[in-house]
Order: sequence, then C-alpha cells, then structure tokens
Amino acid sequence: MADLINLIENWIKNLLLGWGASAGLTGFILQALGSVLVVMVCFAIVIVLIWVERKLAGRLQDRFGPNRAGPYGIFQSFADMIKIFTKEYVTPAGAEKGLYNIAPVLAMASVLAIWAVFPFAVNVIGADIHVGVLYIVAVGAFGILAILMAGWSSNNKYALLGASRSVAMLISYEIPMVIALLVPVLLSHSMKLSVIVEAQEPWFIFVAPLAALIFSISSMAEIGKAPFDLLEAESELVAGYHTEYSGMKFGMFYVAEFLHQFTVGALITIFFLGGWTGPMAVRWPILGVIYFYGKSLFIYLVISWIRLSLPRIRIDEMLDLNWRFLIPVSFVNLVAVAIADRVMMEFTLARWIYVLVMFGMNMFILWAALAIAERNDQAVEREEFPPRPVAVPPGVDSK
Amino acid sequence: MLNYWLYIGIFLVVAVVVPLVAVLLPVLIAPKKPSARKEEVYECGIESKGNIRIQFKSQYYIYALIFLIFDIEVIFLFPWAVALGELPIFAVVEGVIFIAILFAGLIYAMRKGALAWS
Repeated sequence: MADLINLIENWIKNLLLGWGASAGLTGFILQALGSVLVVMVCFAIVIVLIWVERKLAGRLQDRFGPNRAGPYGIFQSFADMIKIFTKEYVTPAGAEKGLYNIAPVLAMASVLAIWAVFPFAVNVIGADIHVGVLYIVAVGAFGILAILMAGWSSNNKYALLGASRSVAMLISYEIPMVIALLVPVLLSHSMKLSVIVEAQEPWFIFVAPLAALIFSISSMAEIGKAPFDLLEAESELVAGYHTEYSGMKFGMFYVAEFLHQFTVGALITIFFLGGWTGPMAVRWPILGVIYFYGKSLFIYLVISWIRLSLPRIRIDEMLDLNWRFLIPVSFVNLVAVAIADRVMMEFTLARWIYVLVMFGMNMFILWAALAIAERNDQAVEREEFPPRPVAVPPGVDSK
Repeated sequence: MLNYWLYIGIFLVVAVVVPLVAVLLPVLIAPKKPSARKEEVYECGIESKGNIRIQFKSQYYIYALIFLIFDIEVIFLFPWAVALGELPIFAVVEGVIFIAILFAGLIYAMRKGALAWS
C-alpha cells in the first residue's frame, strides 16, 4: 500500500505529464503547489492557535476566554478576521511611508520563510539544503529588521524606544540560541536538517539537555512574549514597535508572533525531539507529519503555559541573564560537548554509555553554572536608591 | 541540488506575496475617511513635540557591536562543528583556543562594564 503523500504527489505528476507538460514544468508546478500548501497550512494553524491560546490564557488566569462566537467561542478568530479586514488604515503623520508599509509584510515573510527547509516526514521535505541550520538563522534574523523598520518609520517616540530596546534584546539572545544550535550540528556532523533528525538515536534532548534548555530559553526571548515581552511592555511603552499600526498591518505582526511561537516549537522538535521520527514513521510518512505537528503543538502549549504563568522581568535583569549566564554557559557547554564527543569517538563505546556520559556532563555543567551564579549573585547587586519623596498632607506626622 | 534552491526561491515569493495580499485586501474593502486629527502621532493624549530621529543612548550600539563579533565567530564555528568527526585532535584543540580567545573578550567587556545596563 502506497503512502498517502506519495500517492497524491504521483497522481498530480502523472496527471500533468499526461496533459503533455514537460518534466521541468511539472517539477516547477509541484514545487509551487508544495510551497503554497505549507504557507496555507501555517495560516490555518495560526487561526486555530489564536483561539487555543486565548482560551488557555482565560482558563489559566481564572477567566472564561472567548465564549460568545460559536460553541466555546471557536469562531472568535474568524470574527476577528472579518473585523480586521474591514478596518480602515491610519498612517500617522510624518511616517516614512515605504518602510512603514513593508515592515508588517517582512515580519510575516521572515517567519514563513523558515518553513521552506523543515523536514515534515521521511523524504517529505521542501528543500534539503546542506546549510539548513544557517538558512534558519539567517532568515529568522529578518524579523529583527522588520521590528526596527516598524519602530523607526512610524514617527512615534514609544515605537522608537520599543524598537531599539527590542533589537538590543533580540540580537543579544540570538548569540546563545545560535551557539546552542551548534551542539546538534556537532553531534550529527551535518547542517542538513534531514540528517540531524535521522541522527537522533536517542533524541538529542537526552544527549544534550543543557543545549536544549538554552535554546528553549533564548528562543522564547526571540518570540518576545512574557516573561520576555519587553518589546511591548504595555505599562511602559504602550505597545512597543507596533503602537502606530492598525487594521491588517497590525494583524500581520500579531499573526507573525503566533506563527513564530509555533515555529520555535517546530525548531525545538527538529533539533532536540527527533523531528518526525516515531513508531512506524518510516513506513508511513503521513504518520511522520502527524508526529512532527503533534510535537510542535506540544512545545507550543508548554511555551504558552510558561508565558501565562510568569511575570515580566526588567530589561537589565534580562540582559544580565543573557550576557552573564546564558552566553558563558553555552560556550562552556559547546567546548565540553565537542571535546567529549571527539574523545569518545577514539574508543568504540556502546551507545548507551556515550549518552550516559553526555547526559551526566551536561547536568554537571548546569549544576556548576547555577552554583557559580548563586555565589556571584551578591556581587552584581544593584545600588540601593534612597526612598522617593512622598507628598504628605499638612498636619500629618511624616516619618 | 539546484532544484532545492529553486524551491526556496518559489517559497520566498509565496511567503512575501501571501502577507502582501492580506495587507492589500483592506485597501479595497475597508472604508477610507482620513482626517488630520486621526493621523496624529499617538502620545497618551498630548500633542507630540519634536523630531524622533535624534541621537540617543549609545548603550544599544555597544550591544550591537559585541553581537557582531560573536555572530561572526559562530559562522566560523559551524564548519568546525560539521567537520569535527574527521578532524585530528589538534584541529579540535585549535577550535577550542579560538573560542577561548573570544571568551576572554567577553570577560574583558564584562569587566569594563560595557554589558551593564545603566
């Protein structure tokens, strides 16, 4: 029995060839169909995820969440879509028109473009390029550019402040993220995503738990949601870089944020949770696709849970966490993993011993780093400010 | 191999066109009633004064500068990580020394207080 995915692909291919299309044109049409399918699935997922997230947020914070449009409010996203598509655009006076209008499209495109190289199942992969990991890092960085463009072009002080602050934060967190990405590359000796997925025996989260942890924390910062949502701290910056955006242009930033969160889930799945691998996934690729999206959804929900439970942290704390903890730890981790991997390659060890040594070493580094951080915690204590003067009504004894 | 880059090219076009269509659709169906009041820059109800494109806080640029150094370093480390299995031990140690030099740079920046938010 042929698999569903290959069946459909062959059917379209034979249909086109039967109509007299050349082999090159057939390949082109198949690739175009594939990319449109992936993009459309992304949009469909986001429409569902927005409802899931809002319902989950409501439940976790002791509210109802959306509950009017349809049973359990499941049509809320569609209602929002109709509303946002019929909303007037307001361009602020003095805005840099070109950049202002390109920014939302670029924000969305930078997240979508990452999906071009994802392996969905065995042999079901858009572009299995040799520099897959570099492609992801490079394309993902365009999102930061979009934020800077949006903040700078909208001629608003809050937007500019929010954009500068978020760019400082996002580029800082890019470093531990990329160094953590080096660890799966190092363990599988390849930057091809399909090879990285197939090399995971067992999943890399067991071989390199510390890299997985660092990657998760720094990608959560990259998404820019709580506890790292300094990009749009409502109480400080109104709405950050998209203060002046309305209608569908704001909608694009909003959708890009949700899709980015799901994309991070997919990245963690590919690099540390075995991607599409699972029971029977090689025999039936359609199962691999289900495993891939299922694991990504699981990570997405975990990230949502974390962000809905924790308060926002201050910008200096946030940058300290990055420069004084995550970057040094990720460097030490990288060097330790590289040396251990190379040394153990000299001996022929059973796989389980290799995994055990790696796991133990990672845990030791994490423990040591936490111990050192705790010891140094007093050293970086900030100076105490004198208490602020408070207006006291006359006749009241002030202490 | 060339096929893959063609796919990425197609994908990038699709990834730009789909959001572009979504952004352009309201231009056709949404109402259009611009007014000077509406287009004012938002600033909590008061009128916005002065230009925003000014010089401010150099701290941001220091972060950008340090980021640049480390990002380039990471680009150099990717080939090293890929080839680790075939490299002699000496080359592995060389990579570690490369990391150590930049790590010393990080500690120097930290000691100088360049990374302390003020």
